[in-house]
Amino acid sequence: MSDVLVVIGPATSPLRKGDLAAAGFAEAAVQASGGAFDLLLTGPEAPAAAADAAKLGVRRVYTLSGGELAFSTPEVCAAAVAAFLDGHEYRLVAAATSSASKEYMPRLAALLDVPMASDVLAIESLGSDAAVFTRAVFVGNLLASVELGGPRAVVTCRASEFPAREPTAEASPVEAVTLDDGFSPGPTRVFEALHQAKSERPDLKEADKIVSAGRGTRGPDEGIPLCAELADVLGAALGSTRAVVDAGWLPNDLQVGQTGKIVAPDLYVAIGLSGSIQHLAGMRNSKTIVAINKDPEAPIFEVADIGLVADLFDVVPALTEAIRARKS
Amino acid sequence: MKVLVTIKRTPQRDARIRVSADGAALELDGVKFEVNPFDELAVEEALRIGEARDDVEVVVATVGAESCHQQLISALAMGADRAVRVDTDEDLDSLQVARALAALVKRENADLVLAGKLAVDDESGQVPSMVAGLLGWPQANQASKIELAADVTSARVTCEVDAGLEEITIPLPAVITADLRLNEPRYASLPGIMKAKKKPLDVVPLADLADVGARRERVTSYRSLPPKAAGVKVESVDALVEALSERKLI
Repeated sequence: MSDVLVVIGPATSPLRKGDLAAAGFAEAAVQASGGAFDLLLTGPEAPAAAADAAKLGVRRVYTLSGGELAFSTPEVCAAAVAAFLDGHEYRLVAAATSSASKEYMPRLAALLDVPMASDVLAIESLGSDAAVFTRAVFVGNLLASVELGGPRAVVTCRASEFPAREPTAEASPVEAVTLDDGFSPGPTRVFEALHQAKSERPDLKEADKIVSAGRGTRGPDEGIPLCAELADVLGAALGSTRAVVDAGWLPNDLQVGQTGKIVAPDLYVAIGLSGSIQHLAGMRNSKTIVAINKDPEAPIFEVADIGLVADLFDVVPALTEAIRARKS
Repeated sequence: MKVLVTIKRTPQRDARIRVSADGAALELDGVKFEVNPFDELAVEEALRIGEARDDVEVVVATVGAESCHQQLISALAMGADRAVRVDTDEDLDSLQVARALAALVKRENADLVLAGKLAVDDESGQVPSMVAGLLGWPQANQASKIELAADVTSARVTCEVDAGLEEITIPLPAVITADLRLNEPRYASLPGIMKAKKKPLDVVPLADLADVGARRERVTSYRSLPPKAAGVKVESVDALVEALSERKLI
C-alpha cells in the first residue's frame, strides 16, 4: 500500500495550476514510495475535467458524483472522499492547498482517523509506517520536519513548491464512481452568493508574474492604477497587501501573505510595499523579486533580488513605458 | 445559547523564535506568550454575539498545562463568562486536541464553536475542521462576517475564499473560524481584568474527558530558512529594465 490519491475538489475544467502541482507532488511521493498515483475529481465539472486529468500520466482517474450533492461544501466533500476510500487503499491522500482544501482535508483526516500535515513544501521521506514532510512555521520564518506516524496520512501541498505536471499523449482510464443512495453527509452549509471582483488579469495563483501594490501607492485614484498598468504591460496578475485590502482599495482575493495567497511566480514586483513578515511569508519564494520603495530601510529589500530606491510615482510610469517600448 | 471559543497559547506575534543548536527544539526561554491573535478575533466575535442578545454564555477553552491559565484569564478579562482548561502536560497533535475539544463541546452542550482560522506558531489550521468532522457539524472557515438568525437555528457567514467572498447559510450547531477582517478585538479594561480573577476557571483532567488516542504527528527538527543571496540595487529605471531583460523576464 504505497499508492497516492490526489483529491481535486471541486474540479474545474481546465484544471487549476495548483491541481497540476498536486499531481507533481504525487509523482514525487510515488518515486519515494514505489507506488502509483490516482486522481479523484469531485463536483459538477468533474466529468469535463476528467479528459485533461487522464493525460497527466496517472494510473487512473476517478470522478465522484452522487445526484445533487453539493461537492463544493467541506461537509459533503470530506464525507464523500471518506466513502470512496472505504473501498480503496492509499498510503497518502493529498490535495493542493486552497481555501476549499483547508476546510475539507482536516475534516477528512478526522473522519479517517489519520494524521495530517498542512501545506507541505517537500517530501523528506515516505516509509510504510512513517512519513516526513517539510513545512513552514512561525509566519514562514522557520522550517520544520514533521513526522506523521502510521500507515496512512493526509496532506495538503503548497502548489508553488511542486512542478506542475505536464500532459502526456497517452490517456489513462477514467472511472465514474457514484455514491450509493445511503450516503448522507449530515447537516451542511447552503451556498448563497460568491462576490468576485471581475478582472481580465490572470489569477494570482495561476500567474507567472505578479505586480503587487502596497500602502505606499496611496489608493485607487493614485498609485494603484499605475501598478495595474505595469501589470498589464507585463501580462502579470495584480496583487496587494493586507493594508491595501483592509483599506478597501483592492478586493480580498488579491491579498498576498499569511492571510491571503501564498505565491511564488517567476517575477514578483513589489511596489510601495514595506514587506511585513506576514507579506513576506506569502511571496518570499518567488524566483525574482523586484522592490520599488522610497524607504531604503524597508524590509522588502532584504528579500529583493533587484531593488530600486525611488518614489514609485516617478519610476513606475517610466518603467511601464520602457517595457512597452521594448515590446513594440 | 452557549458559545464555546477555543484558544491557544502562542508566542507573542513579534517574538523572535530561535532553534536549539541540534535543531530538535525551539528556544522559548524568555519568550512571552499571548492568546493566538486569530483566536482573539473569535473571542471578540463571541462577546459581540453576547452583547446583541441576552441569553448568551461565552465559554473559553484550551487544552494544555497550567501555563495556559494566563491566556484564559486574558479572554475572561476581555469579557468571557467562564473558562475551561483541559489539563495535560503532554504535547498533543492536532487530532488529539480536536478529540479533546470535541468531547468538551459535547459535555458543555455548546450551540456554536468559534476559533481562529489558524495558530500563528505551527500554522496548521487543522483543529477546528477536525472538531467539526468529529462532531458531524457543519463548518465555515475564514469568516469575515457572522450574522446569527434571530432564532439561532442558523448563521449567515461571509467566508474569505480564493475566488473572493463567499456567502453561506450554515445551520447551527456549527464550527466557525475567524479571519482577520472579522472584527477588531477589544483591549481588556481595568475593571475587566479585576473581574476576570473572580470568574470560574475549571480544570478538567484530559483522561476524565476523552480517550484521545496516540500521538502520530510530531516535529522532529526545526531549522532556519536557507540564506538568500544578497540582491542588487539599481539606480535607474533603465538599469532595472536592463536587469529584467538579462533575466529574460521581459
